[in-house]
Amino acid sequence: MHLATERLTARYHGRPAITEVSLGIRPRAITAVIGPSGCGKSTFLRCLNRMHELSDGGTVEGRVLLDGTDIYGAGVDAVQVRRRVGMVFQRPTPFPTMSIYDNVAAGLRVNGVARRRMGEIVERSLAQAALWDEVKDRLHGSALALSGGQQQRLCIARALATEPEVLLMDEPASALDPLATQRVEELMVTLKQAYTIVVVTHNLQQASRVSDYTGFFYLGDLVEFDQTARMFTNPSDGRTEAYITGRFG
Amino acid sequence: MTALVGMLSALAVLPLILIFGYLILKGASSLNLEFFLSNPVPAGQSGGGVAHAIVGSGIIVGLAALVGLPVGIGAGIFLAEYGSGRLGWTVRFVADVLNGTPSIIIGIFAWTWIVRPQGHFSAFAGAVALAVILIPLVARTTEEMVRLVPHSLREAALALGYPRWRTSLSIVVRTALAGIVTGGLVGVARVAGETAPLLFTTLGNLNFSTHVTEPMQALPLQIYVYATGPFPEWHRLAWAASLVLILLVFGLALVARRVAANRYGTR
Ligand SMILES: Nc1ncnc2c1ncn2[C@@H]1O[C@H](COP(=O)(O)OP(=O)(O)O)[C@@H](O)[C@H]1O
Ligand SMILES: [Mg+2]
Repeated sequence: MHLATERLTARYHGRPAITEVSLGIRPRAITAVIGPSGCGKSTFLRCLNRMHELSDGGTVEGRVLLDGTDIYGAGVDAVQVRRRVGMVFQRPTPFPTMSIYDNVAAGLRVNGVARRRMGEIVERSLAQAALWDEVKDRLHGSALALSGGQQQRLCIARALATEPEVLLMDEPASALDPLATQRVEELMVTLKQAYTIVVVTHNLQQASRVSDYTGFFYLGDLVEFDQTARMFTNPSDGRTEAYITGRFG
Repeated sequence: MTALVGMLSALAVLPLILIFGYLILKGASSLNLEFFLSNPVPAGQSGGGVAHAIVGSGIIVGLAALVGLPVGIGAGIFLAEYGSGRLGWTVRFVADVLNGTPSIIIGIFAWTWIVRPQGHFSAFAGAVALAVILIPLVARTTEEMVRLVPHSLREAALALGYPRWRTSLSIVVRTALAGIVTGGLVGVARVAGETAPLLFTTLGNLNFSTHVTEPMQALPLQIYVYATGPFPEWHRLAWAASLVLILLVFGLALVARRVAANRYGTR
């Protein structure tokens, strides 16, 4: 198991948003996190790279093991964890003052990567994010001039540049049009050859299309976790069945 | 509704148009090389210029900006990024009180604490008074500009492994920079026209002087003296000087606009 949570509870100002979630995430596979809105999907994801503690009143109990080490253990630096576990958000967040090139290089700069290696890494990351051909002639132009879908792939390239081990994606396509969504989904399937991906989605078709494993959250509990194919055809919990057949959510 | 809003907007810009038009009418004809390059001639004679006041204003306002901009911008960044605690509340409160304090009172304090102990008026004391006005002004606009930066950008940087201080400086402040510079320029323009605090501090000077430890002339003071004096020649020069001061403020505001628009994309 590459990444695992043990009795993970996350609170906002003392109120739990997820409760005692224990879950193992397979390496080089896509794990989808589904559930009705407000059930704690984003909170769960943000516990995996220590972003939750930056929220107002955010606290965490339990353990999150990355390659066997608890990322909440004493002496573990949250900044280092975030460099190993990359994140892509719902809305594209290119840095507006930076060029396309500088956006991708941003994480490299804080990691102290040598300048002469940077060009090569930026190209590789943009290629991995299937964006290189579209932007190679305007690397030093504004990132804001890109379309929404391109901006999101730019953010994926930016996250990949620092070579994280895990990629967390919080509804990465929900702000995009169908065509751009399709591109991002294809991209995820390609990326899982090299990365462990955890993706939050409220789109069940998307979860069934791209993911290998699925976890269903409901009111802060992990109700069910299984192989995607099995969960969508033969869920073992009544609440899961009700959700995936569209009876609530 | 639209008509009403249109009328109200017209009403809002009307004073500027009237002031500007009247100043051009009264002052433009006096704007010649002599006005900018020479110092005053003895009272009652005609001719002369306000070179000493232009240079004086430049020195006093420049000194005030040299101190006021860094301190104000620094305070504003602090307020936006770390100002949620008690210290932040206090700094914000003090800044708001200072912003609401009439500038003449700040002049009186500068006189009490600098001019009186030193025993003489000085450009330095005036620069301090202007800096005290500038700092809270710039601090609050900087804070607002930094707060306008979407939270999502900060999160994106932190998720990339940016340390907190680096997120503040190279992402948040950099994104807000155009707005911060604009706020700074507007603040400088505002203090460049202050008169009351200078009356108690730099006093004014009929001669050309670049010594910051001595009384110095400044455009607003010059206008005050000339406009209230008995000679028509002085009145003419006061109009011209007023026009120059307005043009200066206008210029700074225009530069501020350019800065705000000049970056990747538009806002
Ligand atoms: N910053 C926050 N402060 C307080 N409560 C929050 C915050 N963010 C989320 N919550 C609460 O935590 C619960 C889970 O939210 P979230 O993880 O965002 O759900 P999801 O991503 O599944 O829609 C919700 O009840 C929400 O109201
Ligand atoms: Mg969410």
